[in-house]
Amino acid sequence: MARQARQWRVGAAGIAGVAVIGLTLSACGGAKVGDSSSDAGGSGGSGKCGTFNLAVNPWVGYEANAAVLAYVAEQDLGCKVTKKDLKEEIAWQGFGTGEVDAVVENWGHDDLKKKYITDQKTAVEAGPTGNEGLIGWYVPPWLAKAHPDILDWNNLDKYAAEFKTSESGGKGQLLDGDPSFVTNDEALVKNLKLDYKVVYAGSETALIQTFRKAEKDKEWVIGYFYEPQWFMSEVPLKKVKLPEYKTGCDADAEKVNCDYPVYKLDKIVSAKFAKSGSPAYDLVKNFTWTNDDQNVVAKYIAVDKMTPEAAAKKWVEANRDKVDAWIK
Amino acid sequence: MTVAVEKTEKPEKPQTSGAVEQPAPAKGVRRVSRSMLVAAILVGWLVLFLVLRGKQNLALAAADLTDLHRWFNDVNDSIGANRNSNPLFLYFFNEIRLVIDSLVTFVQELISQPSAGRPVPQIGWLGVVGIAGYVSWAVGNWRVALLAVAGFTFLGLQGLWQESMDTLALTVSAVFVALVFAIPLGVWAGLSDRFNRFVTPFLDLMQTMPTFVYLAPLTLFFQIGPASATIATLIYAAPPTIRITAHAIRSVPETTVEAADSLGATRRQSLMKVLLPMSKRTVVMGVNQTIMAALAMVTIAALIDAPGLGKTVVQALQTLDVGTAFNAGLAIVVMAIVLDRVTTAASAREETARFSKNRFITWRRPLLAAGAAVTAVLAYLSHTYLWAAEFPGEGSTGSTIRSTADSVTTWVQDNLSGVTNAFRDALTNSLLNPFQALLTDSPWWLVGAALIALAVVLGGWRAGITTAVCVGLLVGTGVWSDAMTTLASTLVATVLVMLLGVVFGVWMGRSALVDRLLRPSLDAAQVMPPFVYLVPFLALFGATRFTAIVAAVVYAAPVAMKIIADGVRNVPATTVEAATSTGCNTWQIITKVQLPMARGALTLATNQGLIYVLSMVVVGGLVGAGALGYDVVAGFSQGQLFGKGLAAGLAIVLLGVMFDRITQAAARRTSA
Repeated sequence: MARQARQWRVGAAGIAGVAVIGLTLSACGGAKVGDSSSDAGGSGGSGKCGTFNLAVNPWVGYEANAAVLAYVAEQDLGCKVTKKDLKEEIAWQGFGTGEVDAVVENWGHDDLKKKYITDQKTAVEAGPTGNEGLIGWYVPPWLAKAHPDILDWNNLDKYAAEFKTSESGGKGQLLDGDPSFVTNDEALVKNLKLDYKVVYAGSETALIQTFRKAEKDKEWVIGYFYEPQWFMSEVPLKKVKLPEYKTGCDADAEKVNCDYPVYKLDKIVSAKFAKSGSPAYDLVKNFTWTNDDQNVVAKYIAVDKMTPEAAAKKWVEANRDKVDAWIK
Repeated sequence: MTVAVEKTEKPEKPQTSGAVEQPAPAKGVRRVSRSMLVAAILVGWLVLFLVLRGKQNLALAAADLTDLHRWFNDVNDSIGANRNSNPLFLYFFNEIRLVIDSLVTFVQELISQPSAGRPVPQIGWLGVVGIAGYVSWAVGNWRVALLAVAGFTFLGLQGLWQESMDTLALTVSAVFVALVFAIPLGVWAGLSDRFNRFVTPFLDLMQTMPTFVYLAPLTLFFQIGPASATIATLIYAAPPTIRITAHAIRSVPETTVEAADSLGATRRQSLMKVLLPMSKRTVVMGVNQTIMAALAMVTIAALIDAPGLGKTVVQALQTLDVGTAFNAGLAIVVMAIVLDRVTTAASAREETARFSKNRFITWRRPLLAAGAAVTAVLAYLSHTYLWAAEFPGEGSTGSTIRSTADSVTTWVQDNLSGVTNAFRDALTNSLLNPFQALLTDSPWWLVGAALIALAVVLGGWRAGITTAVCVGLLVGTGVWSDAMTTLASTLVATVLVMLLGVVFGVWMGRSALVDRLLRPSLDAAQVMPPFVYLVPFLALFGATRFTAIVAAVVYAAPVAMKIIADGVRNVPATTVEAATSTGCNTWQIITKVQLPMARGALTLATNQGLIYVLSMVVVGGLVGAGALGYDVVAGFSQGQLFGKGLAAGLAIVLLGVMFDRITQAAARRTSA
């Protein structure tokens, strides 16, 4: 017992001694937390905006939209923006629980629209982003240059043997990407009676890497791709013409035999957010820009490796007139 | 992964006591006849395949669904539609979510996120480094304390301080919640055979079911946010602690327990005073495994907005930024190594503290108190002053690592892709494609019958029955054809894993120096998130099944190497010496003495290699392997494919269970 008491005393002395050192240190310790940063926290601007929960779906074009919207909402409207990295399916789930206010680049997704807008009524549309989405089959530029007639689907069978890989079972390989992409390619190959097999790369990363290498090493690759996309500024892939799209030709998923429609990309917000009167909602609703605008910001992020915030700042400062039209 | 522990806790009964008694020559005859049987089955399969190929192979196109898949979808949808009115949600799931959310938020505000109007967390980097060092020293020794301080400082130098702390906060919370449930469950499973049998299938399910399958449903139950990420992590991370705790309780010597009983200890007393204290060391090992498993989930949890290093990796992957991904991956590795060494040292200290009562004990308490005081001051400083709160500098080490990783990958891609493509094509055409054709083009009943027959021959009747049940359920999932495609790649990958395992395992087992040199890279290969090396592998091998195989081999081979190295090292030195003195050369010693005597380790390595390869199936789906991996990812991405993804996940579990049971039974037979 006695020994234990002595040890405690030693310990206490130690604490006291170190505390003294600590205090001496703190006398010349430098800037204190909360001293210098008077503009800390998101309390500037009008207080009524509050928190703006912005879903960020995993592709760079979307991230460009989100970065600019978040930057404007924070700087001009004084909102506290919380970005949430989520896949589409999960982001839409968040509308109902109030954890997601807005999805700002939606590609079609009629199934999700039916589920969350028509049936559950937790989400509403907030107008187009101004971007036009193209989906289709693309080849690397060197191939389009060497064999210009490859850009017509009628000639694809002629080259099928060149596109053979270890994965395509003796046919030409048509490379598809991420499972969340909108695709009719299996039906297209069947209905257009092409000598090709759809092989799933499984991710956008795999798709981009394949095209990048194909251009560099002059390899034969044909695959699914889309615009607007930052990668186009690195390797401008060429689109293959498929039979022209006519309204309704893709109505039956089994019988599709035409090109993909031009997607008017749009914004979806939660029903609650739309009624909240938040200035952030008006911003989202008014936000439109062009494919070129998005590509610039996407390039800043993906190729120049700027942070999304820095990329957004650079673009907003150069395009003040466009931004002012959104928040007027 | 981490199914390793399961082996040791299986009661090691010999399958048939009669077989053990037989004299050696008879045993030899039996083994020959067994391999003859296997050959006969394979030949029969081949012949029937040539006759029947392409019939009844249950192929299903990428977008096609079965009734079961649609039913899963409906269940999922109805949960989503009713979540705001259902009392189960209002009073059960929502409460759980609240508790876990506040726990994670609390830890985050402590070390990683700005809190209570402050621009920085409560404890800054200096405090965290101090606490890490102090705790490591208190539970371990000064060497691991030094490692912890150096490791944590390195995270800051990488420019990833906040991300690392977010990851640490999530890991700590998940491990804490996991332990609260896992240790009592483990004790129960250790005490009761019936509960152990009941819980084992659930543990198998939790460890082999791909996380992608339950990520989306988890956000339905627990919403988007830290709670879902924590729960996803702990589902995967809890089983090792349960298994190892149960194992620890079981392996307390019976005589000790009997002694306690004879002294009149009650059940409760013998648990608290004998069983638990004596199994403490092993339980700490379980905690170690749980921490490692939790860290393995960091990148996956990032897909549902879990903050931290995983997010950096996933975002870098979008722009194919190998350098940034590698930098963040390295931070995960560093954190894993620190936590691993500290917990291992902690379990070793338990041991030494129990046996030794040296003079150091007297000094320990005052030293601990003084250390605590220093740590408190450091924490106070980091709470008050900016220089101690925010990690100074721009993280220049990080940018060096980034650019080095970038230039190395570029060089490798530019210079090696010709060679690698040739290798890929050779292996795919000569081995993978024919084998896959055999599995996917044969009628399902033929493959099923062959699998069952092989299981009976290799593992006995009980393994045969398990296999029959698994085959039946696999057909029921509706993704039979994809399962067979996956099976082909998995088996090829396992063959490669075993080749590497034997070569490097023997080398490591024979030389302590090689072992010491290789082991850190093996650890790193296991902890480095696969997302980091997908981009370079894609450049080398293209979006193909082979890329998936290589990724699986990188992940699974280290385990096989470590197990085989242990097996070789455990061959008694006297036996090797005896062989040397009779004039055997090195090659003969390896093939005639060391490998045959390490047969148990070889079968265990096969078992673990297979399970580890299977756990990479989903990652393979991201790089062109298609089949089950793609189905699972698609189910996570698209609502109408949810049911199919779930079915594919179940199919992966079934393949895992089937192989685990066959290889284990076979291992028991060969070692018996």
